[in-house]
Amino acid sequence: MNFFARLYYRHRKLWKAVRLYLVIAGPGIVVMVADNDAGGITTYAATGAKYGYHLIWFLLLLIPVAYYVQEMTVRLGAVTKRGHAEAIFDGFGAFWGWFSLLDLMLVDWLTLVTEFVGMTAALSIFGVPPWLTVAAVIVLMAIIVLHGRYWTFEKLSLLFCALNLIYIPGAFLVHPSVRDILRQGLIPNFAGGFNGQMFFFLMANIGTTIAPWMLFFQQSAVVDKGMLEKDIPWGRFDTLLGSFVTVIVAVFIVVVTGTVLHGVDIDSAAQAAQELMKTDRYVGTFLAIGLFDAGLLGAICISLASSWAFGEIFGWAHSLNTKIRQAPWFYATYFFTLVTAGLVVLIPHAPLVLITLFVQVIAVTLLPAALVFLILLLNDRATMGAYCNTVTQNVIGGFIVTAIVVLSTLYGITVMFPNLFT
Amino acid sequence: MNAYRNFFSKITEINARYGKSRIEMSGAVRFSLMALRVYLIALVALMIYKFVQIAVQG
Repeated sequence: MNFFARLYYRHRKLWKAVRLYLVIAGPGIVVMVADNDAGGITTYAATGAKYGYHLIWFLLLLIPVAYYVQEMTVRLGAVTKRGHAEAIFDGFGAFWGWFSLLDLMLVDWLTLVTEFVGMTAALSIFGVPPWLTVAAVIVLMAIIVLHGRYWTFEKLSLLFCALNLIYIPGAFLVHPSVRDILRQGLIPNFAGGFNGQMFFFLMANIGTTIAPWMLFFQQSAVVDKGMLEKDIPWGRFDTLLGSFVTVIVAVFIVVVTGTVLHGVDIDSAAQAAQELMKTDRYVGTFLAIGLFDAGLLGAICISLASSWAFGEIFGWAHSLNTKIRQAPWFYATYFFTLVTAGLVVLIPHAPLVLITLFVQVIAVTLLPAALVFLILLLNDRATMGAYCNTVTQNVIGGFIVTAIVVLSTLYGITVMFPNLFT
Repeated sequence: MNAYRNFFSKITEINARYGKSRIEMSGAVRFSLMALRVYLIALVALMIYKFVQIAVQG
């Protein structure tokens, strides 16, 4: 009897913890899954097609990288109750504040264009014209944010996050060899040797794991959700779970293209989906749906990151818990970035490839700055108090930030000068 | 016209509000910000070089 009583008590405690997590869950998992945006899916699809399963170990290494960086934004947001843009203005003055805000606006807008490129390409596989995709996306995103509640936005975003898992059944459909995945994928190796192209792919994968908008988005989301210091452990768990999900999804995309398209040169995820359609109609369809979902989730989060940042600095009401009448500028910024980015995709002969490359280069100018500010802000004992970075966190965070800064810079340079390392 | 004036006065207000950095400027912070400045100048110079290269090549 005692055994059953204890079992019941433990079960009840666990269920209570799960229910509590479902209330707290959100910013971490949403930002991490949204990081697998249209550009991310393209990078993973191309990685699998180029190197098969050989770079899976590298993707797994990115789990702690993503976690350590994003966890800092949870603490900063929960303790200061300020978004990342406002924290930079307040901490480092107007010069660095404007630099970060304007750079963020530019990067976000350009990235938003690439999300629309991904979404229109994905639905064009099913015969949907680009203008219809753009219009439908804008309407859908309006419905998501105009409910006047952060909770609704977050839970709908979590639904789109769940759709991102579509790559997992897709990978099972192509019947990969588990033995090959374990043998080739889990032992660190550089298939074909460490050359310029391999270096470019490694950097591209890092670049898609940590993006500047993620820091701004998660910190603002933590503030808008109203998370407090006592919620930090749940925020950490949410972020850790998100980092696992994002990398696991990436691994499954690599498995799909590594199994079916190994040796094929892939330039875009839409092209990968079309190629997969020839082999297996369902897998191709899954990849196309996943690409659209990734673009949509990325677009939702990126446009919000800009609107939150502007609202914080200009002192406008900037919460999803407000109605349009209460926060007109917040919603105006949101829809302005969204509609203009959507319209760019519809311009005939718009330089979309150039824009995609430009995003990667411009992001490199913002990412190091945002990461350096993040570390410095987390060491401000006067504000952070007991939540200040410990020596261990500084060593790990410092190492990760230095590695990301060096590699993302090299990535930006190789985008500008492709033949530099070959 | 009034909207422009309001916008610019808002920017002036923001600049005044955040005129001074609140974080204590220790040696490590100063070094980090200086390194960031040098990094950004080098990167922008590289971008301008690339832009000119593309423009010249047509």
